[in-house]
Amino acid sequence: METNKSLDPRVQRLNIGAQNGEANIETHLVTWEVFHQEKKGKQAVHVGIVHASSPELALVYAKEVYGRRGKTTNLWVVKTSDIFTFTPEDEDVFNTAPEKLYREAGYYKVRDRIEAFQKRNKETA
Amino acid sequence: MYGNAYISPEEAKQMQSQQDDPKQLALFEARVAKGEKVEPGDWMPTDYRKQLIRMIEQHAHSEIVGALPEGTWITRAPNFRRKLALIAKVQDEIGHGQLLYSAAETLGKTREQMLADLLSGKSKYSNVFNYPAKTWADIAVIGFLVDGAAIVNQVINSKGSYGPYCRALERICYEESFHLKQGHDNFVYLATGTPQQRNMLQEALNRWYRPLLHFFGPSDKASQHSEKLMKWRVKLASNDDMRNQFLDQYVPKILELDLTLPDPNLKKNDAGIWEFSDPDWDEFKRVINGDGPCNAERLAVRRYAEEAGRWVRNALMRKEEKYVVPLA
Repeated sequence: METNKSLDPRVQRLNIGAQNGEANIETHLVTWEVFHQEKKGKQAVHVGIVHASSPELALVYAKEVYGRRGKTTNLWVVKTSDIFTFTPEDEDVFNTAPEKLYREAGYYKVRDRIEAFQKRNKETA
Repeated sequence: MYGNAYISPEEAKQMQSQQDDPKQLALFEARVAKGEKVEPGDWMPTDYRKQLIRMIEQHAHSEIVGALPEGTWITRAPNFRRKLALIAKVQDEIGHGQLLYSAAETLGKTREQMLADLLSGKSKYSNVFNYPAKTWADIAVIGFLVDGAAIVNQVINSKGSYGPYCRALERICYEESFHLKQGHDNFVYLATGTPQQRNMLQEALNRWYRPLLHFFGPSDKASQHSEKLMKWRVKLASNDDMRNQFLDQYVPKILELDLTLPDPNLKKNDAGIWEFSDPDWDEFKRVINGDGPCNAERLAVRRYAEEAGRWVRNALMRKEEKYVVPLA
């Protein structure tokens, strides 16, 4: 199949021939984790990352990538290397949390006891 | 915007079962079977990681290369409203590329490495973007039908097992629904316009019919490779099923405008399956291997952007900063 001359006038103006070979890409900008706050009173929620060389630029990119649609009140960026997390293997340290029902409001039920007490009182009266 | 990740038969052969710890593998498969999502730090089979990187990376490349045929028409949009919509759509596609590179990056391949592999030809992008957008009507067909096909694929993939990819896809699908609606608007406008506009649209439709059938990739029903990826919820539907879903949704929307498709054998059979003439899979293979009308130009433009922008990136670099793999 024959290669067309570009239909794009912008590409024609650049006058770039087809070159081959690997691009020499050696730079790695650091990444920033982006948190998005939809409106005042709501939590900032993690939405993804951007690559940037400074927090100021990270905010600019975050605005373009994560604040382009819908409502945004604020964006936070935190350098990925400044975030500390549990390892996935430690997930089990949280296993017992839902089991400790004595820490839940729903665990405490006294209505039966009150009714039994009132019934007993009525009988003895 | 996206076509299906293409795995050549040679590559599929190479992808033999890596030696994974059978205990871990059983645990992993049980979790995925329950519908649990996998997150970046979790244990995962070697092939799962490899295939996801390749799939998300191809998807990301497709977004940024896919912006090129449409970008061609920004300066020549027929009116201001269409121009605004096209600029917004093209910006979205680049944004989708960013989201997808980020998702792939959580699996351990840097964005720069992915871009280098795109330029060297080592990794692919959707074949459909190796075809030119000759007229404004091509923009209508791309916006309506290529994006429509991409949405079929992306909605299905967003139910997959890898958390970061699913999250990126949900956001992408939300934005793509605008692409589809504005594409349909543009398409209907031309189809209900002057004879000249209708003619221009019909010709564009004829040009894109085959690339659209190629979009979901060759039939893969019988492939063992596919079965494993389906079990791991990396792939969620066969190429044929997705293609059928696409034809089911979109052929009626084309025919209701009294337009035609250039294939006398295109019809839905009694079992509800769309039949069509062989769309020339040899052409598909030729184009994906570099011999399409626009392959060289697409890569040349990407390479130019990479090289012309290098001094900016170098000026911004802070050598003391250490890159770490992003969290999610």
